[in-house]
Amino acid sequence: MPSNSPFLRQPASVQSVMLKVLVALLPGIAMYVWFFGWAVLIQISLASVTALAAEAAMLAARRKPVRHFLTDGSALVTAWLIALSLPSIVPWWLTVLAVLIAIVVAKHLYGGLGQNPFNPAMVAFAAMIVAYPQFMSQWPAAGATDLATQINAIFGQRQLDAMVMATPLDTLRTALHTSGLNATVESVLANKTTYGFLGGKGWELVALGYLIGGLWLVQQRVITWQIPAAFIVAFGGIAGLTHLIDSAQFAGAGFHLFSGGAMLGAFFIATDPVSASTTPRGKLIYAAGIALIDWVIRVYGAYPDGIAFSTLLMNICVPLIDKSTQPPVFGHKEKRP
Amino acid sequence: MRQLFSFTGGVKPASHKIESNRGVVIVAPLPNVLVVPLRQNAGLPSRPLVQAGDKVLKGQTIAGPGGSISVAIHAPTSGTVRGIETHAIPHPSGLLAPCVVIEADGEDRWIDRKPIDPYALPADELRARLRDAGVVGLGGAAFPSFVKTQHGPTQRIDTLIVNGAECEPFITCDDLLMRTQAGQILEGAAVLAHIAGAQRVVVGIEDNKPEAVAAMTAAAGKRSGLPVEVIAVPTRYPAGGEKQLIRVLTGIEVPFGKLPPDYGVQCFNVATAYATARALLHGEPMISRLVTVTGNVERPGNFEVRIGMPIADLVALAGPKADTDRNLMGGPMMGFALPTLDAPVVKATNCILAASKALFPPPGPEMPCIRCGACARACPMDLQPFEMYWFSRAKILGKAQEYHLFDCIECGCCAYVCPSRIPLVDYYRFAKSEIRAREKEKDAADVARLRYEFRLEREERDKQEKAAKLAAKAAETKARLAEAGDADDKKAMIAAAVARTQEQKAEENPSAE
Amino acid sequence: MLEALLVMALGSVILGGALGYASVKFRVEGDPLVEKIDAILPQTQCGQCGFPGCKPYAEAIARGEADINCCPPGGEDGIHKLADLLGREFKPLSGEHGIEKPKSIAVIDEQTCIGCTLCIQACPVDAIVGAAKQMHTVIASQCTGCELCLAPCPVNCIAMVPIPETIDNWKWKYPVFDVRKAA
Repeated sequence: MPSNSPFLRQPASVQSVMLKVLVALLPGIAMYVWFFGWAVLIQISLASVTALAAEAAMLAARRKPVRHFLTDGSALVTAWLIALSLPSIVPWWLTVLAVLIAIVVAKHLYGGLGQNPFNPAMVAFAAMIVAYPQFMSQWPAAGATDLATQINAIFGQRQLDAMVMATPLDTLRTALHTSGLNATVESVLANKTTYGFLGGKGWELVALGYLIGGLWLVQQRVITWQIPAAFIVAFGGIAGLTHLIDSAQFAGAGFHLFSGGAMLGAFFIATDPVSASTTPRGKLIYAAGIALIDWVIRVYGAYPDGIAFSTLLMNICVPLIDKSTQPPVFGHKEKRP
Repeated sequence: MRQLFSFTGGVKPASHKIESNRGVVIVAPLPNVLVVPLRQNAGLPSRPLVQAGDKVLKGQTIAGPGGSISVAIHAPTSGTVRGIETHAIPHPSGLLAPCVVIEADGEDRWIDRKPIDPYALPADELRARLRDAGVVGLGGAAFPSFVKTQHGPTQRIDTLIVNGAECEPFITCDDLLMRTQAGQILEGAAVLAHIAGAQRVVVGIEDNKPEAVAAMTAAAGKRSGLPVEVIAVPTRYPAGGEKQLIRVLTGIEVPFGKLPPDYGVQCFNVATAYATARALLHGEPMISRLVTVTGNVERPGNFEVRIGMPIADLVALAGPKADTDRNLMGGPMMGFALPTLDAPVVKATNCILAASKALFPPPGPEMPCIRCGACARACPMDLQPFEMYWFSRAKILGKAQEYHLFDCIECGCCAYVCPSRIPLVDYYRFAKSEIRAREKEKDAADVARLRYEFRLEREERDKQEKAAKLAAKAAETKARLAEAGDADDKKAMIAAAVARTQEQKAEENPSAE
Repeated sequence: MLEALLVMALGSVILGGALGYASVKFRVEGDPLVEKIDAILPQTQCGQCGFPGCKPYAEAIARGEADINCCPPGGEDGIHKLADLLGREFKPLSGEHGIEKPKSIAVIDEQTCIGCTLCIQACPVDAIVGAAKQMHTVIASQCTGCELCLAPCPVNCIAMVPIPETIDNWKWKYPVFDVRKAA
């Protein structure tokens, strides 16, 4: 029993929190496998093994109790998020490298669990997209579920032409930015076999899976409503508004929210408690900031999606946001609005 | 119907009230030796008025108030004073403190009790009587009650809140008191309201005590005059915290640094109201109280216990089980582990909770804070506990204070919900007592600096006064010489003086020759 | 070309004006550094640092003539605070000025005291009361524990007694960090 009060403790643990996050990712992963094949599971296993090994090595090097921290599940969450963010047919060494950067550099060099100012998974993603842009734009086409080809892509010779396509976000960007095509959002998105109903065939249902898992996390009180709500409202708001103004240039809210990493970002990446803002108002500002920066990157930037960069940019602002959004303390409410 | 408010945060641990709230109040037998600590109230300890060998009667004053925030202490039974000894007291430190030790004579003979009509006496007189009857807050803090009935010129007390919430798990002594003594509680509350000048009384009881609510409502229905409302408040720990109950019943938030009378309210525990009734209406000073003995015992229940009874004897009455590893005083959320059962029951003892590994399993190993914010959502004071923890742990105490460390009421909700099982409150207690100690040191250093500077000034003044005196003397001599006017005389005197100084120099410094 | 020069000139005029205004508006009066250092020193006035009191030592530190690790009563804690205030490197207490001892106060053995008043003259904070040929006593609450009264006493009747831990000065301890224990 504890040596001082309170002697009662709720049976909660970091492990159970992390486990719930992993469970909440399952619907999205199931959709991913259904539409894009088994490759993502191979990547998740690869990332998990690498993450646990790196975590154990770093803990041992830092003279921390290895088993105690290894079982907390935080390394697995990072690994899964990386595997889900990277294209599922990147070569194996790229996944391993990304996980090593996340665990060794972004997590342990900053002091381990609870001390990292940046979201480790997003640090890894950003490093990869800068270092290996050619691999980071090759996504599996929906329906290309040939396991052997995918294994070959990950571990052996890369003969990808048959199975690779750019993501809907990417093709839309390219179409709009390439002068001479005279493309409008409507004309591009009219191709339902590629773009599905909302955000790309297959991708929109993966996003729906993340949405369902994320809502369950909110219901389980693992994450608070502020971050996903602010993210979705801000992203949907700016996309919807610009779409209203010029529907030829700007895709609508539905497309943006259900494509790319928007849903994963809203419920699983921006909500990483260690690197996110912690005050209720701060969370709103933080998540809205990520959404707006991501939208700017998507529409005007050099990359098709910008969750990683926008998250990292807002991570930097967290101390300032937290400091200026401290909630009023009991009894001091009148003085501070 | 009164509009109720709510406070943010709070937790709902299993209440464990049912074990001890059935059955009747058992009167604990009189022990042979009673140990009555001189420090039983918040503020200054009491000043002993008896010495070894004195015969005392039950209810006789054995110690007077030791300052303006202090009350009297009384002999719990008749007998002989063995002496004033240093003895274990119920305190988390386990340190010893002076206690009046009384050997009971078994007769349990009262002093002459003098009931009074409180409505015929001025408030100041009644406050003095409360103080001399040793009435303190019985909810746990033991703050002298007479002080709480006072208010400054800018303050007022309109509403007197009677706290019967009893939100801590396991504790049921207030529940039993309300069921059995509802009428007397309201009498006492009316007297306190009279002293404080309050126009109404509001009783707040958590709705997990329907019998107590019913008993109090019935008693309130029988009364006339002062309006009394009995309100069932939603059960959520810490609804019985003074600030939280005031918030729930009136919507007022009393911040740190302010007192309830700044907002027109004041709050007393039900047992305090009962003790007030006993003291003023029956002339019986505060010598016993109800104590819940529960947890890992065979026969949990509530006991009427004399102040000074050894806790070991009290626990024995409830039949402790073999695997009891510790005993707590107070509840599981805010109580503390008793370093020894030698310590006596004091006025602040509301519960003795026998603990075992099965009842309070050890929390898993501590993990680093992941800033999940569960503590902030559970905090009833709207604090950011993890920020306070961060700075307390790093001993950056000024920063911890900036995050309102001293607004923390140490209710334990944050540590209760923490998934990293960090003993958060331990860090706040450490930081608070460190800050208080440093402030004390700083005050002492400031006093020392002032005294040192004063001394330097005085030495300087002495030197100057001496110099002035010498100068005056020299001037006098000069004047006398001038008066004499005789040049030869003067020359002779100067020569003599020069010779004298040379002589002195030679004496002082013979080697120079 | 001319445009660029004008812009630069205008910029320097505006910035210069702002700086000048700031230096007048936010001027720091006096020399608060000595006061700040003095506030950190424990005010025992013991002179172990080699200066006749805490204030002179504070002045010496401010002038850069004295090191920050010469105050045994202030201890490591005090040195840390001085290092933080002055932006200097922490260094351990210099041994030549004495060692950090538990906080004590002087107690006069009243049976042995001959009433010579020498200790009264030595006490820097006037914490000893008494008169010639009368017994002396130390006012415990005012005593800073400087030990300056020990040496002058001709009959060695003054002893330094460590302040015992009581309910009044007891402090909650720093929590033990379980993770290290588990390691």
